[in-house]
Amino acid sequence: MTRCNCNWKTASELLAEAEKACCSLAQAVVRYQIGLTGQDEGTVRRQMAERLEVMKAAAARGLKGDMVSPSGLIGGGAKLLEAARREGKSLSGGTTARAIALAMAVAEVNACMGRIVAAPTAGSCGILPGVLLSLQEEKGWRDDVLVDGLFTAAGVGIAVGKQASLAGAALGCQAECGVASAMAAAAAVEMAGGTPRQALDAAAIALKGWLGLVCDPVGGLVEIPCVKRNAIGAAHALAAADIALAGVPSFIPLDEVVTAMVQVGRSMPPALRETGEGGVAASPTARALMKGLLERK
Amino acid sequence: MDVFQVIGPVMIGPSSSHTAGAVRLGRLGRAILVGEPREAEFLLHGSFARTYRGHGTDRALVAGLLGFDVDDERVRRALDLARERGLKVSFEERDLGEVHPNSVLMVIKGEDRGVKVLGSSLGGAQVVVTRIDDFAVEITGQLPTLVAAYQDRPGVVAEVTALLADLGINIASMRVSREGRGRRALMIVETDEPVPREVIIGMRAWPVMERVITIDPV
Repeated sequence: MTRCNCNWKTASELLAEAEKACCSLAQAVVRYQIGLTGQDEGTVRRQMAERLEVMKAAAARGLKGDMVSPSGLIGGGAKLLEAARREGKSLSGGTTARAIALAMAVAEVNACMGRIVAAPTAGSCGILPGVLLSLQEEKGWRDDVLVDGLFTAAGVGIAVGKQASLAGAALGCQAECGVASAMAAAAAVEMAGGTPRQALDAAAIALKGWLGLVCDPVGGLVEIPCVKRNAIGAAHALAAADIALAGVPSFIPLDEVVTAMVQVGRSMPPALRETGEGGVAASPTARALMKGLLERK
Repeated sequence: MDVFQVIGPVMIGPSSSHTAGAVRLGRLGRAILVGEPREAEFLLHGSFARTYRGHGTDRALVAGLLGFDVDDERVRRALDLARERGLKVSFEERDLGEVHPNSVLMVIKGEDRGVKVLGSSLGGAQVVVTRIDDFAVEITGQLPTLVAAYQDRPGVVAEVTALLADLGINIASMRVSREGRGRRALMIVETDEPVPREVIIGMRAWPVMERVITIDPV
């Protein structure tokens, strides 16, 4: 195996690394981490496998539906989704229906002060597990495949993170759920046997679909609309992965979408960047909910 | 940028800044106090003041003060656990002036001493303690940190750095401040390797030293 250089800063540089070494993005990212930390491959993969276990535990916990968030507003949604899916009532069906339920489950566990893996942030923690775990069930993949997928996702997250903030407070929800969705789309493509280029195309397609999305948490809490955005994000990632895997390219490369995301984010007024003062957070219903919450305390 | 900065940290939700960061601030408060806290008053500023209940910032701060880690499932039950352990806590919204929007002043009392710690959560679970009692500091809890309060006089800084050099301990950052010439001074030293406990005990015996503590990474 050719030695990978770990100095890449953009998605196109990461792609060049992988293509030069004839390896997957996941393998290039594993070598990047080895170069960064000096740890051996087994240690690096084991740490990722531990995070996969936390994701699985969070999904299982969320499906039980027995948690309630400190505000009292969140909990039990994933259980309802899963029940509807099992009764054959889901319209999206198959992997997508399961991905939506699992993503919501993990996001609910986060809102309810349970244990999760930020991916890339706590507010967007449901999207990757939703996509990866539903695909594992559908395809019968071993955990090793998912660990690879998480490294693919990390490659996208790092490439974006080196060029842009991953905070809703800086660039809106596009930088949280949008990036999570791009990470998950790339992971899905590589796990399914797509090329590194197709994986990054899927990430670009996914991120384009989120451009402009504001961060407007009701009451400033990671609850409304965050939890449902995680569910939507999982379905969105699967759609982007399907498009890229079918051979439809992204005309705009991921790095240029990231630049666009930064420009769009910077032009958002502060009210739309996690202050809880704009978007749906400013709606009359949101204000009434928060007033009720304050009076209850 | 590390792989586990985008697939991680493993933490108790819902917010890296308002929950995980708050746990780390509480842990720093515990380390700075040294010993079991008995009473703590949290004065919450800005976004911390507005949203602390919904983000569980109150439970997270107390969890940290009890010594729990950011991914400890007990964070959720920290207020009950504090009561069981005889730790009295209170929360108040307070304008702390020109500080970061996510800031808290922790007034912590232990068995025989108290300490005031001002800290901020900067996002992505990164935190900084900016004030201990009346001293301006900068402690991030990412590296082992030595904090020494001493009498301001020539040569103390050199003695400390020489001691660390003899031990082969590399200094990552250092900050020295004082109340006034010849009065109480404070030294904050971040090191790549932890300073052994027996060395700390030895330093406490120096006549010039008022108090020496080490803070493990949180």
